[in-house]
Amino acid sequence: MSRSNGTAESVAGAPEEQGAVTTLETPIHIDYQFTAGQAQSRFLKGISEGKFLGQRCPKCQKVYVPPRGSCPTDGVATTDEVELGNTGTVTTYCVVNVPFQGQSIEIPYICAQVLLDGANIAFMGLIQEIPTDQVRMGLRVEAVWVEPGELKPNLSSVKYFRPTGEPDAPYESFEEYL
Amino acid sequence: MSPGRPLRPVAVVAFAQAPNVRREDHRNEVEMLMPVVEEVFSTVGMTKDDMGFVCSGSSDYLVGAPFSFVMALDAVGAWPPMRESHVEMDGAFALYEAWTQLQEDDIDTALVYSFGRSSPTQLDKVLALQLDPYYLAPLWPDPVALAALQAQALIDAGKATEADFAAVAARSRRDAMANPNAQVKGDRSVDELLAEDYVVAPLRRHTLPPVSDGCAAIVLAAGDRAAAVCERPAWITGIDHRIETHQLGARDLTTSSSTTAAAAGAGLGGGAVAVDVAELHAPFAHQELILREALGLGDGVAVNPSGGALAANALMVAGLTRIGEAAQRIIDGGAQRAVAHATSGPCLQQNLVCALAATPEGGA
Repeated sequence: MSRSNGTAESVAGAPEEQGAVTTLETPIHIDYQFTAGQAQSRFLKGISEGKFLGQRCPKCQKVYVPPRGSCPTDGVATTDEVELGNTGTVTTYCVVNVPFQGQSIEIPYICAQVLLDGANIAFMGLIQEIPTDQVRMGLRVEAVWVEPGELKPNLSSVKYFRPTGEPDAPYESFEEYL
Repeated sequence: MSPGRPLRPVAVVAFAQAPNVRREDHRNEVEMLMPVVEEVFSTVGMTKDDMGFVCSGSSDYLVGAPFSFVMALDAVGAWPPMRESHVEMDGAFALYEAWTQLQEDDIDTALVYSFGRSSPTQLDKVLALQLDPYYLAPLWPDPVALAALQAQALIDAGKATEADFAAVAARSRRDAMANPNAQVKGDRSVDELLAEDYVVAPLRRHTLPPVSDGCAAIVLAAGDRAAAVCERPAWITGIDHRIETHQLGARDLTTSSSTTAAAAGAGLGGGAVAVDVAELHAPFAHQELILREALGLGDGVAVNPSGGALAANALMVAGLTRIGEAAQRIIDGGAQRAVAHATSGPCLQQNLVCALAATPEGGA
């Protein structure tokens, strides 16, 4: 059933001249200008330079990435910028087997939470260059970036994470972040 | 407002707000709120850990992000877990929820805050979406056009003239010169304002509110706790919220029966109680005239000494700011009794009235 914008549909089977309206389509489209804010702007600028920038809470010392300007636990401004490593640990993951509209990656693929070294919150990323049935919690991974000339201030700059070949991280090292 | 037992005295003990600006383009909501929350706490020497309840008011439609109020809570820090709530409305209505919670006795304090960015989007479209979705919203009537219908109805009824609208705007802008947080201010005569072109007749630019980004916060405290942290708390002697039909065609737009009913519910009925100050949430100049009549305010009442919503109108914030501005005048000693008003919906559809006084009983 397709209708043009803003038109009404009559009762199915009812004589048209009665014109009883049963459906009304009112398309809505609204544009927004998003303001990333100071902390996120720093993070996105870092991404465009091929590095992960987090911010540390002056109270609990936790490092957040991406930073949003405050510590969600203490409610204070995070002021110290911290450059994080390019490596991290898979804390948890899922194998995506379900196709959906707009999917750009061939299924099955792995979507994981990666705890970047030096961060206190996991970061979402794809895991590739490893068979899906070999991905595991504790797997050590590194970020693979797009070519330097293609870096942009958005997360498309991080292509995916791949195994580093290091021994798995012990469970105790990331159990707090599950 | 008729509870089965006497009301527990609850007061505004602190108020803080960010300067209203046309566009806050370098800070996100959390970054805007943090200094304001910090200031409102430091005024009374409290922290989030002292709060029995936290309630916020905002609208995802303005931010363009689902659950933006959850993200904004990062400005407070919700750990350890706290009693928290949110209304998809102006912060004034969040304050009403917090006041209701405080009546339940098991908590003594509450933080109320609101944030609103009117700049990121097309307000004409967003505000049309609050209309009834079958008959009005599909026509996309913008808020200025609807307000113009109301203003024209006032003129047609012989209740006001375009010069009356301009007089409200001139006074608001002049008063706003003393308000460092106001956005539109200046000393211009009625004649100068009347020389402007119409935006939508009979409304000229000066009768419209500015587009503002801003945020505000209030700390409420009950009984002895209020007296302990504030020398002169602004006691809430009554508060009520009434709603008229969403169908504009079924309303008399020249009056505000819901404001009158809310005022009676808040103990201000019939003009029996005089107030020194009234902070009225009238985004359009002519709406102040309707509200004055609905509340029965005499000429001796200082109306919108802050400049009101004509000087700064961060959506979801301007109503809470009215309560804050009115309360601050009591806290500072400049007023004994005040009335604050907040509105929501098109053409003053919903109205909240909050009566404030320097004593819990409401006396001078």
